[in-house]
Amino acid sequence: MTEEIIIAGFGGQGVLSMGKILAYSGIMQDQEVSWMPSYGPEMRGGTANVTVIVSDERISSPILNFYDTAIILNQQSMDKFESRVKPGGILLYDPNGITHHPTRTDITIYRIEGARLAAEMGNTKIFNMIVLGAYLKIKPVVKLENVILGLKKSLPERYHKLIPMNQAALTKGMENPAVYKPA
Amino acid sequence: MGELKLMKGNEAIAEAAIRAGVDAYFGYPITPQSEVLEYLMQEQPEERTGMVVLQAESELAAINMVYGAASTGKKVMTTSSSPGISLYQEGISYIAGAELPCVIANVVRGGPGLGTIQPSQADYFQATKGGGHGDYKLYVLAPASVQEMADFVEDGFNIAYKYRNPVMILTDGMIGQMMEKVELKDQKPRWTDEEIKKMSDSWATIGKGNHRERNIITSLDLDSAKQEKHNHHLQKKYRQMEEEDVRFEEINCDDADYLIVAYGSSSRIAMKTLNLARAKGIRVGLFRPITLYPFPMKALNKYIGQVKGILSVEMSAGQLIEDIMLAVECKINVQHFGRYGGMIHSPDEVLQALETLINGGNNGR
Repeated sequence: MTEEIIIAGFGGQGVLSMGKILAYSGIMQDQEVSWMPSYGPEMRGGTANVTVIVSDERISSPILNFYDTAIILNQQSMDKFESRVKPGGILLYDPNGITHHPTRTDITIYRIEGARLAAEMGNTKIFNMIVLGAYLKIKPVVKLENVILGLKKSLPERYHKLIPMNQAALTKGMENPAVYKPA
Repeated sequence: MGELKLMKGNEAIAEAAIRAGVDAYFGYPITPQSEVLEYLMQEQPEERTGMVVLQAESELAAINMVYGAASTGKKVMTTSSSPGISLYQEGISYIAGAELPCVIANVVRGGPGLGTIQPSQADYFQATKGGGHGDYKLYVLAPASVQEMADFVEDGFNIAYKYRNPVMILTDGMIGQMMEKVELKDQKPRWTDEEIKKMSDSWATIGKGNHRERNIITSLDLDSAKQEKHNHHLQKKYRQMEEEDVRFEEINCDDADYLIVAYGSSSRIAMKTLNLARAKGIRVGLFRPITLYPFPMKALNKYIGQVKGILSVEMSAGQLIEDIMLAVECKINVQHFGRYGGMIHSPDEVLQALETLINGGNNGR
């Protein structure tokens, strides 16, 4: 099994940390992982994206042109990455702020209303965990228990009190992805 | 099994330095290697092992601090990125001339000049052919994973002390910034003064007591005959490196009709190309030099007669290719492919270049 994922959105949405938690979860279940961020001046207030690969085998290139899954959290990223999902792959997006919805018919498109659900839960910071939950419902590449272990490993101990809230957000996300059919 | 962590390549170098029992780190921040210094400052290794971490006022100061501290037989290390490494060159030449062990990591970014902060492999010539003045060589290791970023710190010190020669870890912004699983070695204690004396009393400036003459650390000898003799001695060391400490990796090379030769991050990209090409029925292998100097000349030379073409893949305008051509005595069609100036080639672009080579085309060089 090799899963090649791009997570893309605005800086500040928790894109990079979502990828990091996913990668740590892979380590917790003895898989190979890589996490390759876009880095540079564009990160300050602009777009941010990270390529995460989780695999049972030695990982080759951490930088890719095409992905099994694209998790897309803003319009710029939709414009850039919709065409880069492999045929038969998955595109998961939050419709919040999206003006041009995806149109491809050779991939499966899911929506998760992460921003709305996070607001309903009273904490916009857990947005990324809701999205991650939705992704793991669609593609259970890592087990939920290993995500919790990954959270414990990647968060400093003083933040461990936040883990139950993150777990609730993951569960909320798992309950809510919906298949979206392009018009 | 050691502790498993998810780390950036830069962080892995820093943590590995603490665990290898390094005595001192001197550096100056520059993207994309700043995490090394940041990590060390945050970890406060002086509390863990007594290791000194100092942000110098400039690169010139940092490399000369390395020169001074290494003279005492202590394990000393520094890291920087391309423009900073250019500023190091005078010091590196002196350190090589004075025969001092140390480890220097270059997390390469695009150039020339201030260039860009994105990854590049365009410092190959600088690392392997000199960089500073005079007939000297660095032992150059090229990690291709975060694990190797960690492992090569200790490997580097082993070589540095075996030969009393500076070692360079030549990596780039891609490996420096990416995170991967890394298995960390257990903490090694720093050498005691007695251990340093036992190992390095013949050359280090650690106080002579009454038992010997003074040791003098210098790269200056105005007597040309002596300077030539010193150079002979240096060359002998380099020949020994070429005999004893060449490292490389071969993937799917046994039945290969074509080879991709690439190191560091380009070798990772090329590994994906290899999978894509093999799936199309192209018999291609990946030859990855791990030491760039000494270059695996003999290992590549044996492909004369076996392979019909070699694609040299490097994020540069073509530097590695010259060593490959020497290694195969220009008897194989060798072509270069690579994006540069901070751009990273994709596995598909490399595949296209490989197919161009196979179909009798030319990739421009």
